[in-house]
Formats: sequence, structure tokens, C-alpha cells
Amino acid sequence: MSERLKVNFCGVEFKNPVVPASGTYGYGREYESLYPLSKLGGISVKGTTLYPRQGNPGPRVAETPAGMLNSVGLQNGGAKKFLEYELPNLLTKDTRIIANIAGSTVEECAELAALIEPSAVDMVELNISCPNVAQGGAAFGTDCTVAAAVTAAVRKELKTKPLMVKLSPNVTSITDIAKSVEAAGADALSLINTLLGMRIDIKTRRPVLKRNVGGLSGPAVFPVAVRMVWQTANAVKIPVMGMGGIATWEDAVEMMMAGASAVQVGAAIFNDPYAPVKIIDGMERWCRENNIANISEIVGTVQPW
Amino acid sequence: MYVQGSYPIIEKRAIAKGIFDMTILCPDAAALAEPGQFMQVAAEGFFLRRPISICEIDKEHGTLRIVFEVRGKGTDKISELKRGDNIDIIAPLGHGFTVLEDAKAVCVGGGIGTPPMLGIAEKYGSNAEVISGFRTAAIAILQDDFKAAGCKTTLCTDDGTAGFHGFVTEPLKKRLETDKPDIIYACGPAPMLKGIAELAKEYGVRCEVSLEQRMACGVGACLVCVCKTVKDGEQFLSHVCKDGPVFDSKEVDFT
Ligand SMILES: Cc1cc2nc3c(=O)[nH]c(=O)nc-3n(C[C@H](O)[C@H](O)[C@H](O)COP(=O)(O)OP(=O)(O)OC[C@H]3O[C@@H](n4cnc5c(N)ncnc54)[C@H](O)[C@@H]3O)c2cc1C
Ligand SMILES: Cc1cc2nc3c(=O)[nH]c(=O)nc-3n(C[C@H](O)[C@H](O)[C@H](O)COP(=O)(O)O)c2cc1C
Ligand code: FES
Repeated sequence: MSERLKVNFCGVEFKNPVVPASGTYGYGREYESLYPLSKLGGISVKGTTLYPRQGNPGPRVAETPAGMLNSVGLQNGGAKKFLEYELPNLLTKDTRIIANIAGSTVEECAELAALIEPSAVDMVELNISCPNVAQGGAAFGTDCTVAAAVTAAVRKELKTKPLMVKLSPNVTSITDIAKSVEAAGADALSLINTLLGMRIDIKTRRPVLKRNVGGLSGPAVFPVAVRMVWQTANAVKIPVMGMGGIATWEDAVEMMMAGASAVQVGAAIFNDPYAPVKIIDGMERWCRENNIANISEIVGTVQPW
Repeated sequence: MYVQGSYPIIEKRAIAKGIFDMTILCPDAAALAEPGQFMQVAAEGFFLRRPISICEIDKEHGTLRIVFEVRGKGTDKISELKRGDNIDIIAPLGHGFTVLEDAKAVCVGGGIGTPPMLGIAEKYGSNAEVISGFRTAAIAILQDDFKAAGCKTTLCTDDGTAGFHGFVTEPLKKRLETDKPDIIYACGPAPMLKGIAELAKEYGVRCEVSLEQRMACGVGACLVCVCKTVKDGEQFLSHVCKDGPVFDSKEVDFT
């Protein structure tokens, strides 16, 4: 891999700007037999909570036009299992590891951050935007004061690691939340998490999802994500990792032109497990063909009318 | 281990109204496949792949066979693929049935749950009895295939248009009373599986069931495909695509 795709994202060097999104790639184990994980810029691992969580009852997925709804509800083995079992394995993969954390209270988020701080993860992504949990989750990410409070609490515990806060698109003004989180000490922002949605089976008159509602992702949300990344990148000084519906290298380039310094790829992987690798290869080729020495040159270069 | 790729369909036919039978030439996937595993099939124009069981494995010729029913728009799209077209699959996935040596098996299939029974029944040949149940005679599929594999077949229909008039659990119970097998394999609607699991427990016979759930990744990464399981008295939400689709019936919570 050449130098063309190397990016520096709030002090962390990524060999390329493509990172599988949290919750869509597990801890990498399931995809390792297809290609080495070292191809990837990094991996944002499945959301980790302080204690193990079973998640929501099934069905947890519903198909939508060009996308899907999920209501997993942060099923995971807890921080201890992540740190003792998953992380040591991930650290041998020669790719950047982003720990994704979520808590139901401010205190819990802070406690998690304190546990992660001494580990060897490269950065922490604080999820204040999960639409599938009763406490914490999106309730943190839809109110500026609460979003700032939880960011500040986590910031205090993370003394050496960059803190990226993952924003919810289910808000009236994404820039207000973004600015509050920036002011509270975030080093970077990632967006978008899923959009709250619903599907109904007209034969049974029942929602497809057992939890009735769930988070929409996949190509269907891409234009919304591009718009929100563009607005956010223009409103803050800290870098933005853009995601939501990216499925091709063209999408990734578009997202970076909107203002994302790096991108995450989520649901597209379910359709094509090679999607992240194809995106990396496509961007590399595009840079070469267009004499772009480094992909960072294109960040935020959209020229609005 | 699994692979993803676009592979040629070398045979395709309708074996009953709305039920299609396809043979795919995919030597790398076939080499890895075991009975009871499944594949994720892409349906053009649809975001999620459709999980379909592997019906038959021919490692020598490098083929996998699937038999599926058109249930909605995605399976309808897949059914439009013709012989010679390529089909985009991720296979083989999940963990399949446990094969016992020198043992007698009963394979129970309900409706479109019958196809995955072929691959496992072939492992036992004349040591397998296949009890399959269908709504009606017109959709009673694969009986000749089971016979060709040397298995004893017991056909049931809900409406009595062929074979035994009633549910698969009745001939199964009779078999358990007269000639207990070493293992029962089952795939079909949840109430049927529940009934079979209860019989297996009552007669003290090992039993494996293949479950269904809506899926996204199919490989164990996204955690959407949950089913309730119990192990050592503790409840779990397991994942059908990775922990299954085949589970020991004692570990499935059918409530
Ligand atoms: C492990 C496994 C093995 C299977 N093996 C076979 C087989 O060998 N032959 C066969 O005919 N069918 C099989 N099925 C069922 C098959 O996957 C569904 O009938 C199919 O997904 C329906 O898709 P559709 O687009 O026609 O229906 P739609 O209702 O339009 O599908 C909408 C969404 O719901 C999902 N969905 C709907 N019904 C089911 C279901 N029963 N199970 C899982 N997802 C569902 C679809 O995949 C899709 O994401 C299997 C299912 C699983 C989980
Ligand atoms: C099945 C599934 C599980 C997810 N789990 C998490 C999670 O644990 N933590 C998190 O921050 N985001 C989670 N997300 C959101 C994704 O990381 C991403 O923000 C969103 O799906 C939009 O990107 P996409 O359209 O490329 O999928 C999940 C998404 C899906 C589809
Ligand atoms: S479908 Fe993704 S974990 Fe089973």
C-alpha cells in the first residue's frame, strides 16, 4: 500500500481512511479468513458496555429499500471480556483499534473509559447515539447538555487516548450537538449512527422487529449522512469520521469531500464482506489516476453553490 | 471457513409449484461444506442476502445443491436465475449436523425444512429413516432422492392426499416405541420442532434441530439472528448463523 491513502486522524496514523463500523464487524474474527485485517485502516469494534448485555429479543432485523433496520441492543460480553479476550487478539492484526463504548449512565461511561484508558487501543469512540437501548444511548446524544456532560466525564478519564464521540442523526440540529461535544473536550466526532425507523408486516399487522422500532442503515441513509457530515465538519474544528450508507469507493470519496477525514463502512459489509477492501483499492486507484498525492487533500473540498 | 463468490448454476428446475432446485458449481465452497450448513444468497436489487440451507453436497464434482420455495420478493428474484447464470453466494455457513459412526438416524423434515435432510440422510443411507411432512401431495418434494440414497421414507400429508394422513410426530413416536434410533435430526416449523424435541426427551434420544431466524451478515458479526437457548440452567441469546443453525434440541428454549 502506497502513501496515498495514509491519514492522520487526531494524532493517530491510519494506513488508509477506511474502518469497518462498530457492530457490523464484530471483533474482526469472522472476516479474517477472507482477507488479512491488516488491509484495513482500522476496526471500530462492537460496542462494549461495562457489564455483559444480552441485547433485545428477535427478530432484530428488517429489510428496507436499500438498507435495513436493526435492534440488536448492544449485545456484548462486557469490558472485561473485551480487554482480556478480544483486544489481545486484535492487537496482533496490524491495524488501528477503536474501542467503541456505551453506558446507561454518565458514571458508567466514565468507569468504562477508566478501564479502557490503560489498554493498548488506539482511540475511543463514545457511542451516545444507540437508538436500541432503554437507558443512555440516544438519550445522551439528543440533548446538548447531557451530551456535553457525558463527553466531559469520559474526557476526564481518558488521559492519553483520543476521544471520538459518535453522534445521533435523530436530532433537529446536528451542529448544536457537535459544538457542545467539541466544547466538552472531544478530539473528534463520528457520524451518523442509525436513524430511528419502523417496518410493519401487513399480513400480521405486527412490527417486523420485536422491539417495534430500530435503527436504519445502509445505502438508504447515505444522502442524510453526507448532509450531516458536511454541516458538522463546517461547524467544528475537530476532525470528523463519516459514515452512513457507504458501499462503494465513490461513496467514500464523496463523504470525504463533504468533510470527513476518514470513513467507516457498516451495513454494506453484510451484502459484500469484501466491501471495505474494495473501497480501499478503489480509492487508491482513483488517487493514482487523478494525481492525488494524499487522500487528505480532498477532505472538505466540496464547493457549495 | 467460508468463501464468497459468483458461481455458475449448472442445473435448475422447478420441482413443485413455487419450489426450485438449483445445483451450483462452486468447488471451493463444496470442499468446505458439511450437511446442515447454509449459504447466504444475494437477490439482485435487495440489500440483504437470503439464507438457504445446503440440500446436497457433491465434493467430487464440486457442487452444492439448494432447494427453496418462493416466499417473498427476494426468493422470487433468485428463482428467476437460469441455468448458466451466476449466483452470488457466501458459503458454507454455520455449523451443521453431528454425524455419528455406525448409527441409526431418523431425519424429520417439515415442508421446506425437508431439503437440508437430504445431505445428512445420505451419510446414513439405509441406516436412516426420513419422515417428511407436507401440507399436500403436490408439494411433497425429494422423496425419490431419499429413496435413491437408500433411506426408508415415511411420507405424511396434512390433508391425506399422500402417505400418512397427519403430522410427522405420529410416525416418529411409533418409531421411537419400536426401534429407537441413535439420533434424530429435524428441520421445519417451530411448533413441529418443539413437538419432536419433547418426544426425543421423553424417549431419551439425542436430537438436533435446525432453526431459522432473520439474518444480515450470516457469519456471526452483526448479532441480529438471535434465538433463545439454555445451557446448564442458564439462559442465552445465541446466534442462529454461527452457533447454529443446528442446535442440540435440549439447548433450545422453544417458549
Ligand atoms: C438457516 C436457514 C436456512 C434456510 N433454508 C431454506 C431452504 O433450504 N429453503 C427455503 O425455501 N427456505 C429456507 N430458509 C428460509 C428463507 O431464508 C426465507 O424463506 C427467505 O429469506 C424469504 O425471503 P423473501 O425475500 O422471499 O421473503 P420476504 O418476506 O420478502 O423477506 C424479507 C426479509 O425477511 C427475511 N426472511 C423472511 N422469512 C424468513 C425466514 N423464514 N427465515 C429467515 N429469514 C426470513 C428475508 O431473508 C428478508 O431479509 C432458510 C432460513 C434460514 C434462516
Ligand atoms: C447490526 C448493527 C449493529 C450496530 N451496532 C453498533 C454499536 O454497537 N455501536 C455503535 O456505535 N454503532 C453501531 N451500529 C451503527 C453503525 O456503526 C453505523 O453507525 C451505522 O450502521 C451507519 O453506517 P452504515 O450505513 O454504513 O451501516 C450498528 C449498526 C448495525 C447495522
Ligand atoms: S446474521 Fe449476523 S450474526 Fe447472525
